[in-house]
Amino acid sequence: MELLQRFKDPKLGQRILERLQQKISRPLNFMEVCGTHTVAISRSGIRELLKGKLRLKSGPGCPVCVTDTGDIDKMIGLARLPGVIVTTFGDMMRVPGSRSSLVQERANGDVRVVYSALDAVAIAEANPDKTVIFLGVGFETTVPAVALCLEEVVRKNLKNFLLYSAHKVVPPALETLLQDPEVKIDGFLLPGHVCTILGRKTFEFLSQKYNVPAVIGGFEPVDILAALDALVDMVAAGKAQVLNRYSRAVREEGNPLAQAIMQKYFDLVDVKWRGIGIIPRSGLKLKAEYARYDAEEQYLLEESTVEAVPGCSCGEILKGKMEPPECPLFAYICTPLKPVGPCMVSSEGACAAYYKYERRRSKN
Amino acid sequence: MIGDKILLAHGDGGLLTHELISNLFLRHFENSILKTMSDAATLPLEIEKGRLVVTTDSFVIKPIFFPGGDIGKLAVCGTVNDLAVSGAVPRYLTASFILEEGLPLADLEKILTSMAEAARMAGVTIIAGDTKVVERGNADKIFVNTTGVGLVPEGVELGYHRVEEGDVVILNGNIGEHGLAVVSRREGLEFESDIISDCTCLNSITQDLLFQYKGIKLMRDPTRGGVATTVKEIALATNKDIFLFEDRIPISDEVRWAAEMLGLDPLYLANEGKFIAVVSPQEAPDIVAALRRLPQGQQASIIGEVKKGQGNVFLKTSLGATKLIDMLAGEQLPRIC
Ligand code: SF4
Ligand code: SF4
Repeated sequence: MELLQRFKDPKLGQRILERLQQKISRPLNFMEVCGTHTVAISRSGIRELLKGKLRLKSGPGCPVCVTDTGDIDKMIGLARLPGVIVTTFGDMMRVPGSRSSLVQERANGDVRVVYSALDAVAIAEANPDKTVIFLGVGFETTVPAVALCLEEVVRKNLKNFLLYSAHKVVPPALETLLQDPEVKIDGFLLPGHVCTILGRKTFEFLSQKYNVPAVIGGFEPVDILAALDALVDMVAAGKAQVLNRYSRAVREEGNPLAQAIMQKYFDLVDVKWRGIGIIPRSGLKLKAEYARYDAEEQYLLEESTVEAVPGCSCGEILKGKMEPPECPLFAYICTPLKPVGPCMVSSEGACAAYYKYERRRSKN
Repeated sequence: MIGDKILLAHGDGGLLTHELISNLFLRHFENSILKTMSDAATLPLEIEKGRLVVTTDSFVIKPIFFPGGDIGKLAVCGTVNDLAVSGAVPRYLTASFILEEGLPLADLEKILTSMAEAARMAGVTIIAGDTKVVERGNADKIFVNTTGVGLVPEGVELGYHRVEEGDVVILNGNIGEHGLAVVSRREGLEFESDIISDCTCLNSITQDLLFQYKGIKLMRDPTRGGVATTVKEIALATNKDIFLFEDRIPISDEVRWAAEMLGLDPLYLANEGKFIAVVSPQEAPDIVAALRRLPQGQQASIIGEVKKGQGNVFLKTSLGATKLIDMLAGEQLPRIC
């Protein structure tokens, strides 16, 4: 607790901030990959206080935001099946598919919000005459828990539990961004939670292969400022390394147990990320031997052809090419109550964070 | 006898209903008005001075038992507090229950016990009530509605119209405890923590304060939507801007930590035993000092200022930025990963 206090210490934060304001000589583009960072940066005012010095762009770090419309449509298809209970995280409910959303489907079918896959397993046990489908979204941080649930399901030989896996992994997405010549990133603020699982080493390709510095940071304002400080220093020195400034949670090798259980149940496959497109080996699909638990394998799901909503710039936002207020729909047509794209729905979405903390005037 | 679970027959008006009411409800809510069991309660109220106020609220909460309270305590304190922050002395409550078939009677009894206890502490009498039973699956264990009647004494007048530029905003203590205590017991999220709900009746404090300090102009309880939403409502209703100072908003380390972990903003977390008061700047230090001498007010603090404006709320962050604060849009959800 006291340790945490230090990372919240406003005085320390202000000192680092002043130092940063002084020492940055040319405007730099950094990307915070993770939605939690986006929210913290917006809420504490770091983005605003460093304006003109650093451009802090939000990356593809929120699993809800990067879930493709096609996936959402398939999830809606599942919710329409008779005898099925669909379970999902609250944030997924309002994400618009091409024609509907899970919230709308709830009026007809049985769609339930859960806080974890364990809840879904419990629902399956309580409803043996129904098929319970858990819609899995999330990155390396969520997947191990889902894998543990599968372990339970297999052990108990539950026959009515299925997983729809829209899970994704983070490193290939960063790689894709770096290969896009239009994306200009001077450094990455790496997602602390994801790194807890993957470890520092996994991200060394950023500096070694692409010569881009990166720092793993925690989520307190002081954590974030300290990470930015380290990034600025590396850029100034022309050095690219991957540093760990969140060592109270992140180890070199990450969490091997979590990694092992992910590998036990899932294979890496090419999947589509909303607004970004297909990223090779970035999705997690249940291994063939567990196909009987895979909702995609058990039902023939229609591939939808409709593209994202016109006007929605989520793709540009997720690639850091645009900031939410630059989207023509932002805060006018697209608001948290009537979101057009998932970036406005998800509590970790960049548009939602900007809407909540970065607007200058409220609309009363 | 009544068995150990609520049955549909408990609601059909026959023998079981009778037994339920006399064995459980009347036993816990014993008082002379209720005992008459007439169709309507007659209140021995004489209102020559002061004004009568009425409020009603329905309570649905998951889980029904949480660290620091349960749905019964909440149903009493919630309504008592709505009266209290209106400046009233709460006097009477009615209580209606919608019970789901299968609810363990032991749970109901626990809930009634804490309702009776909370009512006694708050000095209110439960004078009428109703029970209905619905089929399993048609309700979530138990829903409680309470309606409260109170008297605003002569000379007390709270309202948006009294709020002026220069007034300050006071909060009686740590934010977010109720919200997190409840979340910590939600299925699928359960985590160990020492956070307990601040659920408590506030009328004794508010009555004393209002008696002593005429500079109290408005009170609100920041329940659902938290401090941020309530302050925004005040700003909108008064058409003035309110500045909140992040580093003066009291919050415990436990709440800060858990909120951080779950990705929730404490400013939007529900509170139950808290009130926000807008007071004159002259009296503010005395009011804070007075509050700090009370158990429910030890962390009392001036958290903001009223300024000229158009209904905006700004948060001055501890790093020195100024953020626009809005009402909560939808429910705050724990982060996915
Ligand atoms: S923890 Fe995971 S999902 Fe959450 S914000 Fe970070 S990267 Fe995104
Ligand atoms: S503001 Fe709305 S429409 Fe625009 S990018 Fe964000 S989510 Fe998409």
